[in-house]
Parts: sequence; structure tokens; C-alpha cells
Amino acid sequence: MKADTMSAVAPIEIAQPREAPRSASDREIVFETRGLTISYGKAPAVSDVNLAIYRNLVTAIIGPSGCGKSTFLRSLNRMNDLVPSAKVEGEVLYHGQNIYGDGVDPVEVRRRIGMVFQKPNPFPKSIYDNVAWGLRVLGMKDDLDGRVERALTQAALWDEVKDRLKKGAFGLSGGQQQRLCIARAIAVEPDVVLLDEPASALDPIATSKIEDLMHELKNEYTLVIVTHNMQQAARVADMTAFFTLERTETGGHGVLVEYDETPKIFTQPSDKRTEGYVTGRFG
Amino acid sequence: MSVVPSTESLPERRRVGDRFGDLFLHGLTGAAAAAAVVLLGAIAWKIFQLAWPAITKYGLAFVTRQGWDTVHNKFGALDLIWGTAVTSFGALLIATPLSIAIGLYLSELAPRGARTVIASLVELLAAIPSVVLGLWGILVLGPFVGEDLEPWLHRHLGFIPLFSGSPENAGILVAILVLTIMVVPITSSVCRELFLSVPAELEQGALALGATRWEMVRGVILPYTRTGVSAAVLLGLGRAVGEAIAVTQVIGAGHGIHWSLFVTGDTLASKLAEQYQGAVSNLQIASLVYLAAILLVISLLVNLAAQFIVRRFSHEHAGQN
Amino acid sequence: MAVDAGRYALTLSPRTRRRKLVNLLMQALATLAALSAVAVLAIVIVSVAQRGASALTLDFFTKTAATFGQSGGGVANALVGSIVIVALATVMSVPVGILVALYVSEFAPPSIAGVTRLALDVLNGLPSIIIGIFVYGLLVIGSGQAAWKGSFALAIIMLPLVARATQEVLALVPSTLREGALALGASRWRTVLGVVLPTSVGGILTGTVLAVARAAGETAPLLFTTSIAANAVTWDPRQPVLSIPYDIFVLSESPDPADHARAWALGLVLISFVLVTSLTARLLLVRYRKRLEG
Repeated sequence: MKADTMSAVAPIEIAQPREAPRSASDREIVFETRGLTISYGKAPAVSDVNLAIYRNLVTAIIGPSGCGKSTFLRSLNRMNDLVPSAKVEGEVLYHGQNIYGDGVDPVEVRRRIGMVFQKPNPFPKSIYDNVAWGLRVLGMKDDLDGRVERALTQAALWDEVKDRLKKGAFGLSGGQQQRLCIARAIAVEPDVVLLDEPASALDPIATSKIEDLMHELKNEYTLVIVTHNMQQAARVADMTAFFTLERTETGGHGVLVEYDETPKIFTQPSDKRTEGYVTGRFG
Repeated sequence: MSVVPSTESLPERRRVGDRFGDLFLHGLTGAAAAAAVVLLGAIAWKIFQLAWPAITKYGLAFVTRQGWDTVHNKFGALDLIWGTAVTSFGALLIATPLSIAIGLYLSELAPRGARTVIASLVELLAAIPSVVLGLWGILVLGPFVGEDLEPWLHRHLGFIPLFSGSPENAGILVAILVLTIMVVPITSSVCRELFLSVPAELEQGALALGATRWEMVRGVILPYTRTGVSAAVLLGLGRAVGEAIAVTQVIGAGHGIHWSLFVTGDTLASKLAEQYQGAVSNLQIASLVYLAAILLVISLLVNLAAQFIVRRFSHEHAGQN
Repeated sequence: MAVDAGRYALTLSPRTRRRKLVNLLMQALATLAALSAVAVLAIVIVSVAQRGASALTLDFFTKTAATFGQSGGGVANALVGSIVIVALATVMSVPVGILVALYVSEFAPPSIAGVTRLALDVLNGLPSIIIGIFVYGLLVIGSGQAAWKGSFALAIIMLPLVARATQEVLALVPSTLREGALALGASRWRTVLGVVLPTSVGGILTGTVLAVARAAGETAPLLFTTSIAANAVTWDPRQPVLSIPYDIFVLSESPDPADHARAWALGLVLISFVLVTSLTARLLLVRYRKRLEG
């Protein structure tokens, strides 16, 4: 097989998803980025990204390290605002509204768009309070017990913790803590959940549980996941976006190379760079 | 061809000299450390030894006796203990929320460039010698309190017993304010370090839920640093309890137990400073040192409590990162 | 791609508006607190500078040239007295402080190191007036006051400061440095004295300067040990001498405004010394740390 033919390639074993990936056709667009460029100081980290995220799908962002996947993800809920030198150009349209527009408050944005981080970061509170804290702060105090139970159930954690809700969250294992963080995020009824390498700090069994969870969660939420693990993307995602690092004299910045339904990205990528990455030739 | 150094040629003399040197240094430094520890014991012992005549005469009842009568040789510590309690806790009441606020400002709010500058300025407040602060207290703060602040308080809040009585330029309120100025830099710099030590991912987890910065502070930072802040407050209390010079300059050497903050008074430490020029009788000297002994006990308790909390706090969060 | 204004609108709900208001209020309060602390610092320094400067121009113009021993005690003997007392205290406390720090950081088993560190921390928190009474009981009773006895009291106050600063600096010395020396066959004591200590000199120096700044401003320990002094300038440590802080103390409690003026001037001198040395020491420490950590 010649290296530069754009024919079907699958020299490495691509993991099979649990169910057939869903199609994006006729789906509502939740996010649309137009010309999105994020820079820290003068140097751009991610350049000119045009991407649409569809409702109730799992969209994976893959690519080599340093290509700005996390930066891109964090721009979707304005977590980049916390970095003083961060600058955002272009638009991120959430249901048609630019979240970086005048008069849009990051607090409102983050209420709709939740986030789960790479390293589980439960609060130093009880399991119950971890989930209830966000609810109390946002004024969703009616039927607190019910909401907490529902969130923990949706996060596939309820059975394991229902008898020790008042115990501290740090007594849980890493995988359980991460599911607690997921419960915490979905308790406040977001529209979208962003997951930044959610299983990279976990063992394979815990990882598998998280992946199962995502299959369930996408029925109610829209999920965007950043992962450095291609197999995970193949297992879990309906749509996959491949980013890569484009080198310039001053350094490098991330660009979106290809974005399509997952099977296509992994078996019939249109771009040579995508092909190179998914066949393991680099990255 | 490599040269292998022969071990037989190492002089025995040098080895012995080295071992002796090691032993000597070890012993010398150990002696110094022992001296430091013994010093603490010696201080406690000496104080109690000097106070012994008064301790045997009054026993523990000294703590509940009022009055300091040099004419009739009748002494009691209660007025002074009251003064120490009121001034110290009054100062803590004002200084604690102030210090937490300043700590939060310096760790969360201040623009990056200004952070170290303002932090250094607040710490500089601690470097002002207490006698200079006392001088400023007598000649600047005192008149302001006596002529402006206390009349205002009396006029608007005079129904509260704390603000009853006639305004004076020296007294408990001035002492409280001066002590606050001394305590705030200590407590706030410890608080600042505590708040900075909260892991960023914990803060981000709260913000990602859609919480405001203040809600994040209230829900994550303050609970996380709870024990550390209490140790910081205790450190401040230790400072307030032990301050003799500035307090004696502004508190006016009064006696008795009153509710009003406007009256003059005395604390354990300030009484000691006030009577340094020599006492009339041996019993007076011993009674004075008895006051010092009580102050020593209070100070040790507060200090040890703070140190204990600090050491336990570092264990508490050790497993989380 | 219609905007579902109801469900997905990003405009502020009234509840969020209230929460943001509370947030703003808290930010304002915190800023106010910090600014008032800085304001108090400014007020005190400005007060001292204003009132002290005017007295400086009159009487203190002759201060550096000669003593002036008019009524109420001169300034020169207080100045000289302070120099004598603090210098002696430094000589007493610094070597011992370094030795204690060396023990804790290089030789002591962990439990003993912990006890020693606790003792130093407790010593640091003791009211200085108690230390003054201790030295009074130990040295002054029966034999009278003397400058060196005051120095001894100040040395006790300086000891934990010097020891802690030295300890922190010793901890910054990379272990690779120690291991390198030991691997060359150098003995323990040579390693410590020849490699570790010289590397730490910068930090020890700044720690000492900070301790000196603290000691220079202490009044309480001197009350019982060196306060009853003659008017003449003396460099003899066996005599009781006046000191700057004690002089300020006495002058501040006098009813005479002329005394107040002298107190302000002395206060200005003291505050300038303390602030300048504190600031310089801190700046040097930051730069020294950066150099060590590389």
C-alpha cells in the first residue's frame, strides 16, 4: 500500500463502538465556532477553528499533544477567561448566541455548559454536599434529596454511595470520584457537558465504566470529549474532530484538520495528516 | 592504563581528624539546640521562682482578686486579666474579618502586578516598632478617638453599655485599635498563603458549575483553609496578649472592671511595663512577676495551640495532592 | 439553528443578577480592607515623618556632630546605646542561631528536630516583656543593670529569627551539592563548613539583618535590664545605657511638648532604620532565593 493513496486504511486495530454511531444529519447544532482563534499573549494556541457540535452526540477531539485540544474545549465554556493572558478571536455560537459577545456573562455560560476535568477534583465535602453545593448556589433547592439521587443515579454511582452520602468524598476511589464529579456537573441540569480527558488518570476498569456512562448520558446531554486515546474516541464518539500542530517560525499552533463521523475518520480519512495520525505513524 | 588509588596510602591521622571534627560539630550544634530548648524551661522556671512569694501568699485566688493597692500592699490580677481579655478579643474581633478579607484580596482579587507590592506594604505594618505605634497612638490616634470617634459612638450607639461613659483620649478602645493594627499584618499574611495553597483544580471545579467568584470562595476556599485560618487567628491572639509597650502607652493605667470601652484600664503586659521602675515592696515585685507568670501561661497555651493546629493542618491536606 | 430564546438564552436571570451583585459587594469589601491597611501604614509613616522632620531640623541638625545633653536626656547617648546593645545582641545570637539551625537541618534525627523547631517557634511567640523579666531575674537582681544584659535579652528574641532564617536557607541548598562533596570523600564537618554553609551565607545574612531590624525596635526587654542610665555617652557595655526605643517610650509619656517633638524625631530615625533594613533584607532574600533555585 503506497503511503500517499487516499484509499481505505486500517492497518491498526480500531476498537469497535458499543452501538452504531449516530448520524449528525438533521440534528440541531448546539455549538458553532467561526474563525475561533485563542492566543496566550501574542502566540496563538489554536487557530481559525470552524466546527459545529450536534445535539445529543458524543463529539471527540483528538490529536497529538500540544495541539490545543484542551484550549479549544475550555473556550466552549469560557474557562479560558481564568487565564489573564488569554485572548479569544472569532465567535463561539451557542444556539446562535456568541458566548463571547457583549453582555454575556461567563457565569451564565458555565451554568449551561458543564465541565469534567482530567484529574478528579471533588470538593472537600461529603458526597451529598458535593452534588448539592452547585444546586444550592444556583437556587435549585427544591427536592434537593431527589435531585442528588437522580444525578448520582445518572452517573452510575448511586448504588455504591447511597449508604454513605454523608461521608467525605475523598474516601472514594479515583474512578468513583470522577463519577461523582460527573454527577456534580449534571445535577445542575446543563445542556452540554465538556470532558477534558476524563479517564486519563483512571485504571482500565474505571475507564470502561466512564465510557459506558457516556453512552447513557448522551441521550440527555450533548457531550464533547477531549482524549489523547484514539481507541477511546473510536469506542465512544459519534463525531470526531482531528486537530494537529502546525509549525511556524515562531513556534506552533493547533488547527482543525478534519471533522467527520467517527467511522469515516478512522477508516477513510480525507486528509493525509489524519491518516498519518490514526494509523499510528506519528503523534 | 588507569591508575587505581591504593587505599593503604590514606593517612590514619586524617581519618581520625575527620571523625573528631564530625563529632565535635555534631556535639557543638547539639549543645546549641539543647540550650535553646533549656532556655524555654529556664524562662518558665525563673518567672515562677520570682513570683513564688506572691504565689504562696495568694494562691490561685490571685486570679480572682480585684485591685492593685500599692499603699496597703494588696494585689490582685482580676482587673488585669479582664483588661487583657477585653483588649485582645476586641482586637481579634476587628482584625479577623479584616485579615481574611485582605488575604482574599491578595490571593484572588488584586491585579497581578500589584500583588507583591501591596502584600509587602501590609507586612511592613508589622515592622513598625511597637513603641513608635504607641507614640502615634498617644499623640494622634488618642485625640482622634477621644475627640471624634468616642463622642460619635456615644451619640449614636450610647445605649450599648460598651459605648457608655465619657470619652477620653486614652483607654481600652484606643488600645484595641492599636492592637488591631499590630495583629492584622500577621494574620493576613498567613491567610494569604493559606488561600494561595488551595489547589487550582478545586477552584476551577466550582467555577465550572457556574458559581461566582465569591461563591467559590465561600464554598471551597474558606472551608478548605478553615483550620489554618484558626491557627492564624491564634497567632494574632498571642501577639495581642503579649504586647506591653504600645498598650501601656495608650491605655491610661486605669483599674477596675467596667463595661465601657471608653475608660482607662490595664492589661497583664501593660501593668508590667508600667511598673518597671521599681516597686516599693518585695511583695509588690513578686505580685508583678505573678502577673507575668499568668501572662506566660496564657501565651504558652495560645502559642502551643496554634503550633499544634499548624502541624495537624499540614497532615490533613497531605494526602490530597 | 433558531435561537430558542426561552431555554438557551444567555441573558442574566434576576437570581443571577442578585448573585453577581453580592459578588461585587464582596470584592469591594475585600479591596476596601486591603486599601485601609495600606492607608493606615501611610498615615502612621506620614505622621511620624511630618512631626519628626521638623524636630530634626532644629535640634538634630547637631546630632551627628556632637552630643546635646540639654534637659530631658540627649539623643546621642541613646543612639550610641542602641548601637552597643544591638551589636552585642547580634554577636551573641547569630553564632548560636546558626549552630542550632545546622543541628536541626544536618544532624538531628527527625523527632528531635521537631522538638527543637517547636521550642524555637514557642520562643518566638513569647511576649518580649517576659523575656525582659527573665533576664532581670537571672542577671540584674543583685548586680544591677548593664547594656550587655539588655543585649542578652535581645539575643533571646533574635535567636529564633536567625535560626529559622538559616534553616530555611539550608533547606534550599540542593542535596546534590552535599552528596557531591561527600562522594569526593569529604567528611561531614568539612561538607557542612566548607560547602553547605558558604552557599547559605547570603540567606543567613539577610535573616540576621531582619533580626537586627526587629531587635532595634524592641523596648520591653530593655525596661528591666538597661534603662536607668546616666546622661553621658558611653560605649562601655558594662554600664546601663539608654536606647532609642526606650528613649521614645519615656519621652512619649512625658507631658512636655518639647519631649514629644524629640520623641517624633527619634521615632523617625528608628522607623527609617527599621523599614529600610527590612525592605532591603526582603529584596535581597528574594534575589538570593532565585539564584539558589536557579
